[in-house]
Amino acid sequence: MNTEAYSVSVSPHIRTSEDTRSIMLDVIIALIPAIVGSVYFFGWRALVMTAVSAASAVFFEWLYRKLMKKPSSIGDLSAVVTGILLAFCCPVTMPYWMLIAGNAVAIIIVKQLYGGIGKNFMNPALIGRAFMLSWPAAITRWTAVFEPVKVIGGNADAVSTATPLAELSLSALPENYDLLGMFLGKMPGCIGEVSTALLILGALYLLVRKIISLRIPLAFIATVAILTYIFPRGNDALRWMACNLLSGGLVLGAFYMATDYVTSPCTKTGQLIYGVGCGLLTVFIRYFGASPEGVSYAILIMNACSWLLDKIGRPTRFGAKTLKAKEGSLK
Amino acid sequence: MPGKFFGGVHPAQNKSDSAKKEIRTPRSPEIVVIPMSMHVGAQCRPLVGKGDYVALGQIIGDSDAPVSAPIHASVSGTVVAVEARPHPSGSRVLSVVIANDFKDTPAGDPDVRTDVSDLSPESIADIIRSAGIVGLGGAAFPTHAKIRSGLGKVDTVIINGAECEPYITSGYRGMLENGDELLGGARIFRKIYGLESVTIAIEDNKADAIRHLKRLLPSSDNSIRIISLKTRYPQGAEKQLIQTVTGRQVPPGGLPADVGCAVFNTDTAAAVYRAVYNGVPLTQKVVTVAGSAVASPVNLRVRIGTPFSELFSACGGFKETPRKIVMGGPMTGLAQHDLSAPVIKGTNCILALSDHECGRAVSERACIRCGRCIEACPMRLMPMLMYAYEQKGDLDELEKLNVTDCIECGCCGYICPGRLHLVQSFKTGKKKLAEKRAKEAAR
Repeated sequence: MNTEAYSVSVSPHIRTSEDTRSIMLDVIIALIPAIVGSVYFFGWRALVMTAVSAASAVFFEWLYRKLMKKPSSIGDLSAVVTGILLAFCCPVTMPYWMLIAGNAVAIIIVKQLYGGIGKNFMNPALIGRAFMLSWPAAITRWTAVFEPVKVIGGNADAVSTATPLAELSLSALPENYDLLGMFLGKMPGCIGEVSTALLILGALYLLVRKIISLRIPLAFIATVAILTYIFPRGNDALRWMACNLLSGGLVLGAFYMATDYVTSPCTKTGQLIYGVGCGLLTVFIRYFGASPEGVSYAILIMNACSWLLDKIGRPTRFGAKTLKAKEGSLK
Repeated sequence: MPGKFFGGVHPAQNKSDSAKKEIRTPRSPEIVVIPMSMHVGAQCRPLVGKGDYVALGQIIGDSDAPVSAPIHASVSGTVVAVEARPHPSGSRVLSVVIANDFKDTPAGDPDVRTDVSDLSPESIADIIRSAGIVGLGGAAFPTHAKIRSGLGKVDTVIINGAECEPYITSGYRGMLENGDELLGGARIFRKIYGLESVTIAIEDNKADAIRHLKRLLPSSDNSIRIISLKTRYPQGAEKQLIQTVTGRQVPPGGLPADVGCAVFNTDTAAAVYRAVYNGVPLTQKVVTVAGSAVASPVNLRVRIGTPFSELFSACGGFKETPRKIVMGGPMTGLAQHDLSAPVIKGTNCILALSDHECGRAVSERACIRCGRCIEACPMRLMPMLMYAYEQKGDLDELEKLNVTDCIECGCCGYICPGRLHLVQSFKTGKKKLAEKRAKEAAR
């Protein structure tokens, strides 16, 4: 019998079917409702932006690995997710070249220079977005929904308008938007962030597939809810709170960015503290910051704390309670 | 106080192919290769030489060490060699090779007992030792040594029928076909420790085995409690089973006896019964032969020392070329490269796994910090961090993360979407750590 034929390795000899690629594919599937919604609210340009962004993210990942003579990693689909999320936090008027530049920063500087997937300590898409704030006018040029911007060419004729979040930052309750409309996504904003309904639909898929747990998003959103309810501006605390939850990138950030495995804590306790920290910082920046939006910086700051939070959240080793009881009985 | 063990995973069971069929006894092999090391503890010294005639059940190897167990001839015939031969561990181990004369000439009249009420715990342990019995669930710790270390400490005996590893059904078939012996063995353990009752714990994927054993038990008999456990891997690991059944946690570096528990496999209990009542030493094993490369998965009752190749032939050979041959379950078993390695006392399963069963390959193995390994770890460790420090060679940090607590159950490696070789890393890490500590102690 040919004994050379058998592969020999350490156990376990079977593996779950879930791998990095299938997880990323699930995240992409979960983002599809919001992509469809972005086309509905902002026109075809939103879809083209998302596609350009995803394609450029994959291109930069491929290019870097090729130049560095490392095995290609585009098959894990993580670059696609980064690209989609980066497009999601841009207004539909954003010039394509800026989006591509943002992806170059996200993939090459934030992700690959640190060693590729799993090694970066900050969320690539969010740093990409932070970088794109180098063009402050472009990234805050909001257009009203249902007024599509041309897919190619000039967007100078697009009429700029204020988002509900901008109104909130002036301590005013947005008057022109009803809560249901905001929940569905009928408001100006970044292409992927407006529809809470569609984002939650995708998040439900991720929860059912056990890709994410509720710990981070729930702790995040609940913290924002409690703080905005306790410290309302205006005379309607409940409406103030609801507008804060529904506007800006809170739901997108809480379910799709704060939950990024690589940059968030891995322990249960760590995740809860992290979620609360994201909520605290979001409200802090929204209330006292110069720009209306606080979600992305809140997440980035908490990204930097993940390592520490995992130290705090480290589970108690099996049998420790027996050791403790024994030491107690010896005294 | 029943509890629930931490973590765990739910791999596909893959038990149905072999579970339905009765245990078959194939023709005994021409040659048996009996290694002098088939248990945890000291290796045995061969007591026979080339050319000697040996009888079935004759002691052919023994040791004076407290943790060891004698080894018996599993066939009668002539010793043709005493030399190093391939062993399931992957190395070559001193073995007694016997050419079978197919007469099964017994070594003498067996010590048959009908009443064991006068036997002291020590004398029962002696009988168990002389029958060569070790933990048959796979760990192969000498049973007499386990019994002795627990005398005066144990208030709970658990008979382990979890059989939580995928594919393996040898224990399940044993429960169905040798239920009376199993219950008899359980009563012997009850007597050894002077307990009111013992517990038989079985996972609920073996509901008919639970029903069968309950039927065998007279309704007035309160000495044996049979409980059903919700199926989850690694429920049958000693520490996890104790936690599930009693809620107690064996302390780090400790033994079950430290929390008043003793755990014995169902097959071990049946073997103890046969040794004590019938005077039968351990010379046979029921082995599940399965995996999708096997033509007809089944359970075989074979002589210890039978080469693996004979077991596969008895199941119709391979229907496709296996990618891996594994002794034991797929979560903790040992990959084999040489099919001339024999069935040993701890062998309860051999698998021939095809490509598709071993999991899809990934372009690059990378941790994505998903945290699934932390959630799955039944010992509450942080596998992803342990891996990072082991790769970095930082043994002090590795020790601080309690790598020595790792039971190598494979949950982390099974669940890892980045396909890291986690268990391999921890085995290596533990070894390096032990070497480093030994060096420090020597200085």
